[in-house]
Amino acid sequence: MIQHLSLNIEETVAVILFGVGFTILLLHRNLIKKIMGMNIMDTATYLFLASKGYITGRAVPIVVDGVQEVSAYINPVPSGLVLTGIVVSVSTTALMLSLTIRLYERYHSLDLDEILILAKEEEQT
Amino acid sequence: MSRRRDNYETSRWLRFKKWVDGETDPLSSGMDAIPVVTEGQMRERRKNLALRKAYDEELTRLSAEHADKTEIMKARGIRNFQKFYKVMSVILCLAIISVLLWTIAALPVTGGADNPANNEVAARYIEKGLQETGAVNIVTGMILDYRAFDTFGESCVLFIASCCVLVLLRLDADSKNDNIKKMIAESDDRHFEPKDDIILQKCACVLVPVIMIFGIYIVLNGHLSPGGGFSGGAVLGSGLILYLNAYGYKKMSRLFTEKVYRRTTLCALTFYCLAKSYSFFTGANHLESGIPTGTPGAILSSGLILPLNICVGLVVACTMYAFYTLFRKGGM
Repeated sequence: MIQHLSLNIEETVAVILFGVGFTILLLHRNLIKKIMGMNIMDTATYLFLASKGYITGRAVPIVVDGVQEVSAYINPVPSGLVLTGIVVSVSTTALMLSLTIRLYERYHSLDLDEILILAKEEEQT
Repeated sequence: MSRRRDNYETSRWLRFKKWVDGETDPLSSGMDAIPVVTEGQMRERRKNLALRKAYDEELTRLSAEHADKTEIMKARGIRNFQKFYKVMSVILCLAIISVLLWTIAALPVTGGADNPANNEVAARYIEKGLQETGAVNIVTGMILDYRAFDTFGESCVLFIASCCVLVLLRLDADSKNDNIKKMIAESDDRHFEPKDDIILQKCACVLVPVIMIFGIYIVLNGHLSPGGGFSGGAVLGSGLILYLNAYGYKKMSRLFTEKVYRRTTLCALTFYCLAKSYSFFTGANHLESGIPTGTPGAILSSGLILPLNICVGLVVACTMYAFYTLFRKGGM
């Protein structure tokens, strides 16, 4: 199994990065750090997709000198999917950051536990 | 000669026109998204929180001596729960990583030519892409021709995200509400930096045209070389942001206002939607679309891909700039 993992080194690194991001999401109470963890998870996904589309020894899928054989280029589909992923992650990051700004303005804190306590108090009054 | 209708002022078209121009606000009465929390209330709350923290610390100190038993149990329970939570989350993450690693050990080796991911779809894109789309860059041909509605969805996601940020962060500059006025004054952070910084201005003078031309080059060459609307749009947006930082909002407003932003994104998205609907409709019904694909490799080739790239680039540049200004001061 270890040998196979070393052959699939890109995917292995991607999975470990994903785990690191998830751990940050769970363990940190600071909202900004949670968003950073989310972004690390996004990056892990891109690495995984890009490594799935790679074929050893082949060129990027841009036609040069009219060569149009399948054996000349890597798989173009995962590249397009990575593009989609990047755009969506930019959008979600902007949305999360703006929500964080509003929460900070209201509760003057970035600590999620503190915010939850304050919000519960507010609900009771 | 046409006669003006008597109720022209209240007609549906004029109201719609006013709403599009931003002269009237249909939600002007009764919707207030800005939280009304005064400074005093906030200070009270912070004090309560500090008191509670002191109380918790007192409890932990008291637990060494004996005090009220239930309170001690409660404090201990919270502390135990926090420890338990940390341990459990680490265990959960390790479990997820090990399950995923186990899956990866069963996947085919990276870089193999006969992996199941490299199936007939990718082969078809590579073999026929140049003839069918006219784009030298196969990835661009794929995302803006075969899968153009996917890219349309992406641009819409960006647009909707910028709308959400606008709803959350916008501060109305002509508002009469005192709270909002105070928030605008607080968020205006240009007092804290040097005005008309000569070094920054000279650098921007040299850099902004180069960045803009580079961005336009990337957008226009999306079908010939690596690049396209998304990357080129991001470069254009960063050029706009640099110009704004060097010369301030007043000079920027001659080129780019909220109205320009709204009209550009709306026109780009509408054009994208109509053009691609037309080409998919004709393609699905085996009709002649009348869109020439040109000679591959020339700048004016590959049919609709070039205009669509320009649309996507405009949307992305506007969105990046809008994100920046909204985060900075809550308005354009």
